[in-house]
Amino acid sequence: MAGPYRYGVQNSHFGRVRRALGRPWRATVFLAAGLPLATIGAVVLLTIGIPPTPAGAVVLLLFSPLLTRIQRDRYRVLYDVEIPPTRHPQGLLARLRSRSTWRPYLYHLLLGPLIGTLGAAVVLGWAAGVAMVTCWMWRYALPLDVRLSENPKLFTLNTVGGVVVLAVLPWASAAVARLDCWAGRNFLGPDRAEVLEKRVEVLAVSRAGVVDAADAERRRIERDLHDGAQQRLVSLAVNLGLALATMPDLPSDARTVIQEAHAEAKAAIEELSLLVRGLHPAVLDDRGLSAALSGIAERSVVPVRLTVTLPQRPPPTVEAVAYFTVSEALANVAKHSKAEQAEVEVRGTGDRLLVRVWDDGVGGADASDGTGLRGLALRAASVDGRLTVRSPQGGPTEIRVELPCVR
Amino acid sequence: MRAVIAEDSLLLRIGVVKVLQSAGIDVVAEEDDAEGLLRAVEEHRPELAVVDVRMPPGFTDEGVRAALVIRRQFPGTAVLLLSQYVEGRYAADLLTEYQAGIGYLLKQRVADVAEFVDAVRRVAAGGTALDPQVVAQLLVRRRNDPLDRLTQREREVLASMAEGRSNAGIAEALVISESAVAKHINSIFAKLDLPKAETDHRRVLAVLQFRSGDGDGEEES
Repeated sequence: MAGPYRYGVQNSHFGRVRRALGRPWRATVFLAAGLPLATIGAVVLLTIGIPPTPAGAVVLLLFSPLLTRIQRDRYRVLYDVEIPPTRHPQGLLARLRSRSTWRPYLYHLLLGPLIGTLGAAVVLGWAAGVAMVTCWMWRYALPLDVRLSENPKLFTLNTVGGVVVLAVLPWASAAVARLDCWAGRNFLGPDRAEVLEKRVEVLAVSRAGVVDAADAERRRIERDLHDGAQQRLVSLAVNLGLALATMPDLPSDARTVIQEAHAEAKAAIEELSLLVRGLHPAVLDDRGLSAALSGIAERSVVPVRLTVTLPQRPPPTVEAVAYFTVSEALANVAKHSKAEQAEVEVRGTGDRLLVRVWDDGVGGADASDGTGLRGLALRAASVDGRLTVRSPQGGPTEIRVELPCVR
Repeated sequence: MRAVIAEDSLLLRIGVVKVLQSAGIDVVAEEDDAEGLLRAVEEHRPELAVVDVRMPPGFTDEGVRAALVIRRQFPGTAVLLLSQYVEGRYAADLLTEYQAGIGYLLKQRVADVAEFVDAVRRVAAGGTALDPQVVAQLLVRRRNDPLDRLTQREREVLASMAEGRSNAGIAEALVISESAVAKHINSIFAKLDLPKAETDHRRVLAVLQFRSGDGDGEEES
C-alpha cells in the first residue's frame, strides 16, 4: 500500500530536480539559437532591405515574414512558447498600413539583436563560469612564467567567483529568456487587442451555440414528453374512464379503486402539462410571441393589460427569452407584489426588442437576491440583452428588458 | 352516427375510438394526419370529425387548420378538436368563423366518458363544446372591459353558456332555476350591448366579441 505512494513522491522529487536543472539549460539553448538568427536577420534586412531599391523592397516584404516564422518555430520547439500567427488584413494597402505588419521589423532590427547580445553574454557566462570554477584543474597547464607571475590567491578567488557566476546564471538565463518571450509575444505575435477581438468572436459564436442548443434541447424534451408520457397518461385515464362507464356492475370496492386511479391519472396529466408548458410552449413556435403572451396574460391571477407591437418576428431564441421573462415576471407579480393590476408591453424596433412588465404592487423587488429576477437577468445576458429593475419600497415595480435581435 | 378520427398517437386513438364505440357511434375511418383526415371526410361525409390539434408533419396547429377547411367545405361535418393544452388563440381562430358544430376540448376530458360523449353529441348536433379552461381564458378580465359590468353570477352564467350548455344545463350546473338563468342571460346581453336574439350562436358571440383579432398587432381591446 505504501509502495506506489512512496514511488510517487520519489518520482515527483526526481522530476523537480530534473526540471530545476533543465530549465536554465533549455533557456540557454533557446537563447543561443536566437543569436545567429537575430544577427543574420538584422544584417540581411539592413544591408539589402533598407537601401530604397525595388529588390530591397521585395526582400523587406518577403524576408521578414520568413524570419518571423523561423523565430516562431524557435520559440515553440526550444522553449514551448506558442506565438500565434498574426492575422493580416486583406489587401496590400491595408496590409501596409496595419501595425501588425511593421511590429516584427522592430523585433528583427532592434530587439532581436539586443536580446541576442544578452543571450551571447549568457552563453559566454556559462563558459567563463565553468572555466573559473575549474581553474585549479588546468592552472598547471598554463605556461610557467604566467603561473609564477600570478598571485596564488587569485586562483582561489577565481574559483569562488566562478561558483557565484554559475549560481547567478540560471536566474539570469531565465530572465533573458523571459525578456525574449515577452518581445516575441508582443512583436512577432498578434496585437493584444487583436487577440482579444478574436477571442470575443470565438466566445460569441460558442455562446450563441450553447444558448441555441439549450433552447433546442428544451424543445426536444417538450416534444418527447408530449408524444410519449402525456399520451400514455391520457390513454390510461381514458381506459380507466371506459372501465367505469362500461362496467356498472363492479363491486363497490373495485369501483372505488378504479375511481381513485382515474382521478390520480387526471391529476398527473394536469401536472405534466404544466411542466411541459414551462419547458417550451408550442404556441410560441406556431403563432409567435403575441399569441403566446396572451396565453400567459390570460392565465395570470392579477389582471394584465397586454400590448404587443411587432413589425416582424424576432429570432426564436429572443422570442423564448422574452416569453420566459414575461412568464417569470408575472409569476413574481402574483406571488410577491400584492398588485391589483399589471401591464406588459412588448415592442419591436427593428434591431431590438423591448419588454416592459409593470405592476402597482408593494415594490421592493431586487435583482441581486436569489429570486427569479437573477435568473431573468442571466437569460437576458445570454443573448446580449439587458435587464433593469425599478422597484422602490411601496411600488410600483417596473422590469425592463432590452434584447438585441441579431439575425 | 358516423365519425372519423384523426390522431397521431395510436394509444390515444384506440382509447377515443373505444369511447365513441361504447356510445354507439360508428367510427368509419381512423387517420393519423390532416391530409388523411380531409380525404376521409370527403369520402365518408361523416356527421363528426374528432381531430387532434397537433399532428404530422409539422406538429403545430395542423388540426386547427384542417378543422377550418372541413367546416368550410363540408358543412355537414361537425368538428371536435382535442388538444394537450388550451390555447385561447386557437379557440378564437375557430370560433370567430364558426359558432356551430365546433368543439375544443382538452384530451384528458375524454377520460370522463359520460361528459365527453355528451359533448360529442352536442357538437354533432350543431352545438358547441368548449373546455372549461378555454372558457376561463376567453373570460379573463381586461381593463375597461365591458365584462367588468357583469355581476359574479352573470359571469358564471356566461361561462357556462360559452361551454355550450343550454339554459337547462346552466340551471343544473349552477343550481338555480331555469327562469333565473333566462333573466341573467337577458341582463348579460343588455350589459354587453348585444341585440336580443334567440340563437345559440349569439350566446357564444357574447364571449367572443371581446377577443382581439389574430396576428401580432395591438393586443389591447
